[in-house]
Amino acid sequence: MQKHPTAPGDLALAEEFGLSPAEYDLIVHKIGRVPNVTELGIFSVMWSEHCSYKSSRKHLAKFPTKAPHVIYGPGENAGAIDIGEGLACIFKMESHNHPSYIEPYQGAATGVGGILRDVFTMGARPIALLNALRFGDPAHPKTRRLVDGVVRGIGGYGNCVGVPTVAGETNFHARYNGNILVNAMCVGVAPIDRIFTSAAKGAGNPVVYVGAKTGRDGIHGATMASAEFDDDAEAQRPTVQVGDPFLEKLLIEACLELMATDAIIGIQDMGAAGLTSSSVEMASKGEAGVELDLDAVPARETGMSPYEFMLSESQERMLMVLKPEREEEARRIFEKWGLDAAVIGRTTDTNRLVLRWHGDVVCDLPLGPLADEAPLYERPFVRPHRSFPSPLVGEGGSRASENRVRGGGANAEGNSPNTPHPSASRPPSPTRGEGVDFPATLAKIMASPDMCSKRWIWSQYDRHVMADTVDDSGAGADAAIVRLHGSNRALAMTSDVTPRYVEADPYEGGKQAVAEAWRNLTASGATPLAITDNLNFGNPQKPEIMGSIVSAIEGMAEACRALAFPVISGNVSLYNETNGVAILPTPTVGAVGLIADVSKRASIGALAEGDLLLQIGAQSGWLGQTIYLREMLGREEGAPPPVDLEAEKRNGDFVRELIETGLVRACHDISDGGLACAAAEMALEADLGIALGWRGDLGDVEFLYGEDQARYLVAASAEIASLIEQKAKAAHVECLVVGEIGGRDMTFLGASGVTERLALSELRTAHEGWLPAYMGEAM
Amino acid sequence: MKSAVIVFPGSNCDRDAAVALERVTGQKPAMVWHKETDLPESLDLALLPGGFSFGDYLRAGAMAARSPIVAAVKRHAERGGLVLGVCNGFQVLTETRLLPGALARNGGLRFVCRDVPLAIVNNNTRFTRAFRETRETVIPVAHADGRYIADEAELDRLEGEGRVVLRYKDNPNGSARDIAAIMNEGGNVMGMMPHPERVADPSLGRMGGWAIFQSLAEAA
Repeated sequence: MQKHPTAPGDLALAEEFGLSPAEYDLIVHKIGRVPNVTELGIFSVMWSEHCSYKSSRKHLAKFPTKAPHVIYGPGENAGAIDIGEGLACIFKMESHNHPSYIEPYQGAATGVGGILRDVFTMGARPIALLNALRFGDPAHPKTRRLVDGVVRGIGGYGNCVGVPTVAGETNFHARYNGNILVNAMCVGVAPIDRIFTSAAKGAGNPVVYVGAKTGRDGIHGATMASAEFDDDAEAQRPTVQVGDPFLEKLLIEACLELMATDAIIGIQDMGAAGLTSSSVEMASKGEAGVELDLDAVPARETGMSPYEFMLSESQERMLMVLKPEREEEARRIFEKWGLDAAVIGRTTDTNRLVLRWHGDVVCDLPLGPLADEAPLYERPFVRPHRSFPSPLVGEGGSRASENRVRGGGANAEGNSPNTPHPSASRPPSPTRGEGVDFPATLAKIMASPDMCSKRWIWSQYDRHVMADTVDDSGAGADAAIVRLHGSNRALAMTSDVTPRYVEADPYEGGKQAVAEAWRNLTASGATPLAITDNLNFGNPQKPEIMGSIVSAIEGMAEACRALAFPVISGNVSLYNETNGVAILPTPTVGAVGLIADVSKRASIGALAEGDLLLQIGAQSGWLGQTIYLREMLGREEGAPPPVDLEAEKRNGDFVRELIETGLVRACHDISDGGLACAAAEMALEADLGIALGWRGDLGDVEFLYGEDQARYLVAASAEIASLIEQKAKAAHVECLVVGEIGGRDMTFLGASGVTERLALSELRTAHEGWLPAYMGEAM
Repeated sequence: MKSAVIVFPGSNCDRDAAVALERVTGQKPAMVWHKETDLPESLDLALLPGGFSFGDYLRAGAMAARSPIVAAVKRHAERGGLVLGVCNGFQVLTETRLLPGALARNGGLRFVCRDVPLAIVNNNTRFTRAFRETRETVIPVAHADGRYIADEAELDRLEGEGRVVLRYKDNPNGSARDIAAIMNEGGNVMGMMPHPERVADPSLGRMGGWAIFQSLAEAA
């Protein structure tokens, strides 16, 4: 940009910056004059979707965000909850989708860096990282390179910083071909009386800049993240930032050391929209003003303009307001850690952002219009109208009642009266009566891109540094478990969403994402406490996309209320579209729970020879939108399984009590791939076979691969199993013995009367083989 | 036992090492900053922990090897004092030439984090005696630059002199002759890529590295 910083900024420039003509007019109206080039640049990032949440804010207000244990809900850098014994848990998930598609290594790495800063900015020491990744069709020519770059980037950053990457999820779908999703979550812990916020209160206090020097990288990154891609997406590479994890490590240590004193009034990281958003947010939250001298900002390059200083998204930079006369103390700490720091301005009482450069005032704007008065849109939306024609899959085959009952160790069970059973939207069994090749089906599904082992990915992440990791991706756990340092308490954490459910029915899919996260925590023995949400959608200016955003939020909110699971932080990533094709709607849920005694936890592999496998929760044999339907029949059809939140709560509370009282040590939630895949995962982790048997109302495929919600598998000795059955009866919870542990095979005591077997070794080869083979590497 | 953990700005296993040392030996180690020029008086063990000492953008451990405190660690080693380098610490020890050879980029060119079964090749060292009759343990690795290399004559000499202390049973990085840990001629300096401090915790039931610290406590 060649124009002088104080040259008038016209409409043409505004549009180049991503502002609409109406927004430009609103700016002129709000400030009573034409903004100059620098001011227009500042408005454009502050009013970008990424910074202002202008399309989603109205609907985000529907989330329940309050509970007695919530200290800070949405609005701060991250949310904070009280976890007892004087500690707060601070966490958030954030997307780095657009940059990761353009430059996967740096995009993913800086995504990790950004979310770490959001957490330690509040005074927390980061103790765990998680990630939720969605890639395109494996057959798409770009997918392999993107997987490789993203995984290297996440590892390259997290491994160096020294925070364990303990859990994650990875899916593939053609709808992510042009827009991958990289959602990173960080969990930290702080003393409850030492949580820091960004509010810069008081006038005349020094504004201190610390960390990396400012360069020209990432300029207008927030604007890029607020637009669709076309074929020229890669031309935006210069807007992607470059990360330096070593510098981040220094920043973490230096900031935590300074935070142990009482020198800091407010502190904020420079993330999206860099110095602009950090200074505006600090000043507006503190109801103060701020005056910065851009000549004092440490610069990596010469000749940078005010616009470039303010919009740079150079990484690893922090802004803080100190108490007067405390600069020297801070300087000593920064020097110890070898960090660049400078006083670059003062707070004022004017409620204005004033920037000086080369002796001139190049920006003088009221803070209100930049922050709280940013436009808020009620985007028109149409609620998704989904009709699920019946039958979706060819009728035929026998009635369920015709299935002969055989199946060792299985009890008859009816369906719960509480389970919704809209048969109109449920595809009937495609295989009932046709005979299923049980071993081949299980091996194929367990080797599919979404269900296969992600060892190739997580073995590149340091999962054990800090020496408090109890369970991580390596244990195949539903939730990772990280001990609170120096205690026997632990946090459980997970990330979840099933985009194909949300696509088919955003409301139920939204409910399901929250319910599954809650269930994952429960399956580890934790009491679920709160969630962070990362809403990834397409272009909100399309009414049908906006409709899915609204419905998904409402579904999530309903589940949060029913499960007493407040939303404490979040991030919205819209415009995930390329050439008009949107991603699957992906409202990722990151969740945290507490385990009061880490010795009373469950894992998926704690099986013993002779144990019985019990299914907790009712089963209707729901096949709509299942992995089975997609992987075996190539059909992405039907309604997703409905979520009965009352059953979810009842069953989950029942399972948690079994774990807390020590009756159960092996537990797995049933989700993608149904009971058969859940059992197979337990068997692989334990390296022990399981014989599955069934009878009753359901067909083979419905029993094995139906994805009814609110279900768990638990394992226990025969004696304890009968005790569990009694307890379940008393608690009005469905409980059914579905298998027995032992041997070296997955055994199917199926409806055809024939016992079929799949050797565990063969299953393991299939399950472990796909990803390394895809990435061109031997296992 | 009087021990010290050396802290570089990018060390990230320093706390873990200190916790493990205290848990096993009952004594808190001193945390010694890299800018210091001396180690504490009458020190038994100096531990160089894992991490990315100075970012390792150059060569892992190369800059740390030239820090003031490492000169003091060298003097401590030359006096016969115990030195244990773990992961990045091992890289620092080869960079200082306290140990021969070098640690190159993993064979698979990727960071690798997993539990690895190890053969205790020499259980008669100051680092391994507490394994007693046990000849195998499991300790996790987590590194990108852990492939031990040295010339054939050096490797023969290390093996001939019983200085290959631990060997991978399932080589994660392509190390020459499956080498996971070596010691110096004096038997007072050992470098190892696996992280014993991550598996010295009875409450997590992960104990594969306990005997390393136990051995040091007995040797001191």
